[in-house]
Amino acid sequence: MKILVAVKRVIDYNVQIRVKEDGTGVVTDNVKMSTNPPDDNAIEEAVKIKESGKATEVIAVTVGEEKAQETVRKALAVGADRGIHVKAEGVIEPLAVSKILQKIVDKEKPDLVFMGKQAIDDDCNQTGQMLSALLDWPQATFASKIEVKDGKLEVVREIDEGLETIEINTPAIITCDLRLNEPRYASLPNIMKAKKKPIEQMNASDLGVDTALKIQQIKVEEPPKRKAGIKVSSVAELVQKLKNEAKVI
Amino acid sequence: MSVLLIAEHNNKELKSFTLNAVTAASQIDSDVHALVIGNNCGDVAKAASELPLVKKVISVEAAHYENFLAENFAPVVIKLADNYSHIVCSANTFGKNLMPRIAAKLDTSQVSDIIKVESADTFVRPIYAGNAFATVKSTDAKKCVTIRPTSFDTCESSGGSAPIETAETAEEFSLTKFVKREEIKSDRPELGTARIVVSGGRGMQSGDNFKLITSIADKLNAAIGASRAAVDAGYISNDHQVGQTGKVVVPDLYIAVGISGAIQHLAGMKESKVIVAINKDGEAPIFSVADYGLEADLFEALPQFLEELNKLNTIQK
Repeated sequence: MKILVAVKRVIDYNVQIRVKEDGTGVVTDNVKMSTNPPDDNAIEEAVKIKESGKATEVIAVTVGEEKAQETVRKALAVGADRGIHVKAEGVIEPLAVSKILQKIVDKEKPDLVFMGKQAIDDDCNQTGQMLSALLDWPQATFASKIEVKDGKLEVVREIDEGLETIEINTPAIITCDLRLNEPRYASLPNIMKAKKKPIEQMNASDLGVDTALKIQQIKVEEPPKRKAGIKVSSVAELVQKLKNEAKVI
Repeated sequence: MSVLLIAEHNNKELKSFTLNAVTAASQIDSDVHALVIGNNCGDVAKAASELPLVKKVISVEAAHYENFLAENFAPVVIKLADNYSHIVCSANTFGKNLMPRIAAKLDTSQVSDIIKVESADTFVRPIYAGNAFATVKSTDAKKCVTIRPTSFDTCESSGGSAPIETAETAEEFSLTKFVKREEIKSDRPELGTARIVVSGGRGMQSGDNFKLITSIADKLNAAIGASRAAVDAGYISNDHQVGQTGKVVVPDLYIAVGISGAIQHLAGMKESKVIVAINKDGEAPIFSVADYGLEADLFEALPQFLEELNKLNTIQK
């Protein structure tokens, strides 16, 4: 079984986001970037399946600018076998990313495609579902547990009401929740070894995918600020304020 | 052209967030049609027809719609899509799972999780866990939009009498099978719509200690929330998670207990009307969004809190 894992380079989840004064976006210069957190879970799960003997190859793929390659390199350092970097500049909408991934799937013929359930930059939560639509494959979104049983997978999904279990046939798309596993850290020897693993590069335009934006960003602003609160000195004062000042209890 | 609203329900009742989604849909265009896909869900279609903002209900019933699989739902919507300028749905796990499958088939770039309708093609949506708001304009002829339910009021739920039509079913997708759903039943108000939410974090130290939260929530008729750290530590089940990838809540009162206030958690609660933080670390980021902060050991503060609440003559329900 062959597993393709899609990863995205985003602003690190610990960075305090700053909106640009001209309203064109958020500040990305000199800001720490890393792999989208649930994409780390996607890689981890794929590598675990390979380690259990149920998969033979894990391929990491990313779509993005030159530096996005670091994200693939990191995936290689934690156990992916080889990488693919589809170069594209600027914002690429999830629909275009899913069309690019469809081309990669056509070429690589994986049995499973994993990715994070949502990117923490645009918060779209679309790419996995869109890719499964384009391929007409089953989709198991928001996965928190995956069991591989010959030709089929049982996946537990995190839904608003609790948990849902579905059974899907391969090939299939799985989008991963943060709760799926605990991603490992790359060891120094493995980081060194990863430098020798191959990363194939190509341009989005070579794949014949139109990446023109269909959604125009008019402006980006800071959300309204909350006015500063107060510290209360006791529980009695807190309850009194809630009752008489805020009038919420 | 009209707006097609995909109703979320459990085959018996409309989910309350559908009412918020209807409000948003009506701000896009007044001709809102509600699509009810399910199995033996006549009561749901009837309830949808009674929403005054809904002009028509389209009902599609078959056994394979019993469990709301996106693979089965998407083809039904696509068959109907020609008649509509917009397809909308609420942005909870149901809509998040379904809408992109529809949008990709229609070759449309979806606009996710909107919090405001500026016009029929322009919307405001949070990005970066709500740390920025983007105003975006969709240039697609047909627009697929998901709606953050807590950002829109619920619509009137009675007085309407829209006609109910039936539409064709689509073929069953045989490669995905529903196995089971484990819903956590509770007599409490739903987390997403509760007037008061009491949430616990890693500071609770154990699942057992959540009893302290429960007793306060009982007294206030509140829903119980949790940070991701508390869910990951196994103190409480995932359906209680508030945050960027959990639920977004906007109650009148949000009480955060033993929650430090990671960006990801703040994304799910910082629009609450009044926020209380109880934490023994005075430097915790949660205090930066709190209207009332109490720097205290929660194991002392929560029993006192309950005692003070018991002293009150009346508590708003």
